[in-house]
Amino acid sequence: MISYDIVIVGGGPAGLAAAISARKAGVDKILILERDKELGGILNQCIHNGFGLHTFKEELTGPEYAQRFITQVLDEKIEYKLHTMVMDISSDRIVTAMSREDGMYQIKAGAVILAMGCRERPRGALNIPGYRPAGIFSAGTAQRLVNMEGYMPGREVVILGSGDIGLIMARRMTLEGAKVKVVAELMPYSGGLKRNIVQCLDDFGIPLKLSHTVVDIEGKEHLSAVTIAEVDKNMKPIPGTEERYTCDTLLLSCGLIPENELSRNAGVEMSPVTSGPVVNESLETNIPGVFACGNVLHVHDLVDYVSEEATRAGANAAKFVKGEMAENSDKVIDIVATDGARYTVPSTINVERMDDLLTVRFRVGAVYKNSYVSVYFDDERVMHNKKRIMAPGEMEQVILQKEKLKEKSGLKKITIRIEAEDAN
Amino acid sequence: MYDVIVIGAGVTGCAVARELSRYKANVCVLEKCEDVCEGTSKANSAIVHAGFDAAQGSLMAKLNVRGNEMMDKLCEDLDIPFKRNGSMVVCIHKEALEGLKDLYDRGVANGVKDMKILSREEALEMEPNLSDNVQGALYAPTGGIICPFKLTIAMAENANMNGVEFRFNTKVEDITKNDDGTWKIRTNNGEYLTRYIVNAAGVYADKIHNMVSEKKAHIIERRGDYCLLDKEAGTHVTHTIFPQPTKLGKGVLVSPTVHGNLIVGPTAVDIEDKEGTNTTAEGIADLQAKANDHVKNLPLRKVITSFAGLRAHLEQHDFVIEEVADAPCFIDCLGIESPGLSSSPAIGEMVGNMLKEKMNLENKDNWISKRKDILDPSKLSIEERNELIKKNPAYGNIICRCESISEGEILDAIHRPLGARSLDGVKRRTRAGMGRCQAGFCSPRTMEILNRELGLSYEEITKSGGRSNIVLERTKNQKGEQA
Amino acid sequence: MEKRELTCIGCPMGCQITVEMENGEVLSVNGNTCAIGDKYARNEVTHPERTVTSTAVIIGGDKPRVSVKTKSNIPKDKIFDCMKEIDRACVKAPVHIGDVVVKNVAGTGVDVVATREVPAV
Repeated sequence: MISYDIVIVGGGPAGLAAAISARKAGVDKILILERDKELGGILNQCIHNGFGLHTFKEELTGPEYAQRFITQVLDEKIEYKLHTMVMDISSDRIVTAMSREDGMYQIKAGAVILAMGCRERPRGALNIPGYRPAGIFSAGTAQRLVNMEGYMPGREVVILGSGDIGLIMARRMTLEGAKVKVVAELMPYSGGLKRNIVQCLDDFGIPLKLSHTVVDIEGKEHLSAVTIAEVDKNMKPIPGTEERYTCDTLLLSCGLIPENELSRNAGVEMSPVTSGPVVNESLETNIPGVFACGNVLHVHDLVDYVSEEATRAGANAAKFVKGEMAENSDKVIDIVATDGARYTVPSTINVERMDDLLTVRFRVGAVYKNSYVSVYFDDERVMHNKKRIMAPGEMEQVILQKEKLKEKSGLKKITIRIEAEDAN
Repeated sequence: MYDVIVIGAGVTGCAVARELSRYKANVCVLEKCEDVCEGTSKANSAIVHAGFDAAQGSLMAKLNVRGNEMMDKLCEDLDIPFKRNGSMVVCIHKEALEGLKDLYDRGVANGVKDMKILSREEALEMEPNLSDNVQGALYAPTGGIICPFKLTIAMAENANMNGVEFRFNTKVEDITKNDDGTWKIRTNNGEYLTRYIVNAAGVYADKIHNMVSEKKAHIIERRGDYCLLDKEAGTHVTHTIFPQPTKLGKGVLVSPTVHGNLIVGPTAVDIEDKEGTNTTAEGIADLQAKANDHVKNLPLRKVITSFAGLRAHLEQHDFVIEEVADAPCFIDCLGIESPGLSSSPAIGEMVGNMLKEKMNLENKDNWISKRKDILDPSKLSIEERNELIKKNPAYGNIICRCESISEGEILDAIHRPLGARSLDGVKRRTRAGMGRCQAGFCSPRTMEILNRELGLSYEEITKSGGRSNIVLERTKNQKGEQA
Repeated sequence: MEKRELTCIGCPMGCQITVEMENGEVLSVNGNTCAIGDKYARNEVTHPERTVTSTAVIIGGDKPRVSVKTKSNIPKDKIFDCMKEIDRACVKAPVHIGDVVVKNVAGTGVDVVATREVPAV
């Protein structure tokens, strides 16, 4: 059986950054396995700009952002295999992969980095009633067809869900000559970034209807119309609010789901909130030597944070294979998200293994204005940062200092909660 | 001039076609859609019923039990999956326990073997996720699960291998009798002459029947909504779980599918629309509520798709399979609703025997009874799989990541007899696109393969024939740009 | 006096900015948290600009389209004129990131450039 120090599953933004970081930490034998025909992952179809403001201090398009990392991978002579599907990862880190050229083969991996990304929630999972004609796409599938293959799904478009891909596609379809009639969003707020609402909808006069959903789909062979309706507080359509839109295309941008079939089969413990692995301060899963980063771990809002997280995963995997990682002990601090904070990544900390500064990322469950992100060490509040606005569509973070954690010996639990101004 | 034309390439038409392919006869199947299995056959519970439900002495009871018996051999010959997982009818009201006994007695009378009445404890031991209210259950070990697509496609392929012709996108518009007693069928695709007609048109069978007979038939389209759950939920129950039957049918069942998903459904709503396969919010809510009556903790969050099918219901609720009195040489298969899928092999046999006798058909010497399904590489060892990829590298290229379907399997589906020509055609033959992402990832890739292999332009590729095109046109609209 | 409400797009913060104007002159900018917001708001109410991203036809490459962008912002009201020229463009592979696809698009003085590598096949 061939063996590598680190095998990285996925050659998108997370996999690329993890590979580069592991190489810079001195790991020799690194292999990236990518199922598509090129490196770069979903960035290749994200031709809009807005990537890289944090990482490169400039606005890049998706392919440009990817190319910066691809160039580094090539410069570092990191091995990668394209058209290669990972079929299985075992709990003792044997990776089974398959491709046309190499057939089915197994690799013994010193460490594995999960970087498989996420996929879109399909129509079926949304229980939208009506017919099942052609003309209904997840926004990302339409994005691939338009941007990569060069085909227009249709000319009259309705979009359900105001996730970023949906917003971006509203502008994309408009620029390519389609009429985007409406974007309907089930929630009372948009899941997308502000800038996308401004630049993709407002600029083109596309209405965004919050608290609305699709209640009927017409067309036996091809989509001919959809009906949307307002929903009440329980997300139930309100009779009498129906509006019918003739259209030939319905795009769905209703959430992303980390793609963890391989992780689950390997025995990786999953978070029911993120649908991604539960990880510790090293971004390591419950299986020693198996790390996770990027959208397979939790869905990110900005690729810059994916790269940053993956860089940490790569460095930690490097430590692991070089035997430089402190033994995991049972002196583990739990991080608990509550009162508006939905989850945290990581969810446990072993102080011995953490860097001097540790970024803990989380999302909130609703829109909070002029509220505080509070961090408690056991019962003591140690951080109380005011935020003018927090929304579920955007990731939040707090930075923990190793020094502070060390000072507090016997610390068992760190709690992150959202508090109003007058609390405490 | 054909000897027999079968109208409709659903499971009934394909079963009849396969039976007729045994004989020295020119047989042709006319189908209005672009593929087999496009109507009722594609949207049902995917169950092989044991046969205790149908009324004693009915044709339905006889053919259900016979079809069930035939299924093992048939599926072995056709190389398709079939599992006798056993079915349970669950009683949740003490006062209804008597009903289980009635059902048991009816089953015995119908010839269903090995049934048993289970106590509450026995039932829960076999199926821990039954409702806490379970009082007892009827257990029928001969109940099974099957893939309706694979069954229909396999019978059609096998018929085609044995010389039966199939004409797709061919809709029957009128049928008239010629002076010599033969039939003239006018379609959107030209005229067909034939000695005999078998009407296997599903929900349209009344329309076809009424073209030739003064004794009018009326089929009621009984719509049923279904939810299909992710494979993660596929072992929530291991038997097919029914509530006790009512006038409207066998009720909302919960069952594993032969591919490892969980299916919940159907509702039963009578409509008057032969194309009314739209799901409704009420229907989905109704079936979810009803399923929860007899199965607990159903993980309904794991729904990957919902769909609706139409049952071709006749007032008398029995199959009508006979030569039409005022239209000699025209054989009806009317009212083939549930348990139509289970009965299909027996319906094929019955119609085959009728025609054999009437037409004095002789057996072919070289009839091929067996057919190989599309190779499933996941059943191979790593070594075997490597051999396969070496011989045909397409088996190393995964197209559908959810179901792990390779390009090799898709190529096989396209190039075998009556091969796939659309995304749904590929999906029903290989399961590519049937997984949890519902083709979001693989449809552009499958389109690329259809484009390359069939010479269809992207604009010509459809979801399932007709006007179900996936894309409209090229971006940029520059004249002369090659696809 | 005219008041305009804007959502800043300078970063994911999406600050709600209020601009007070009179006779086309900006009197005040409020609600922003940084200089980018101030600049954005002043530009947005006087001469709004956007970067346009799209794809162009490419021949002889390993893909049918190459992604492109305007090298810098162009006036917002030139977006569709810009698209017309991009739609008519046709480039030959190989193409490198930064290669000019349309020069001086829609008379803006800004070039449309390729945003990805497309090797020739």
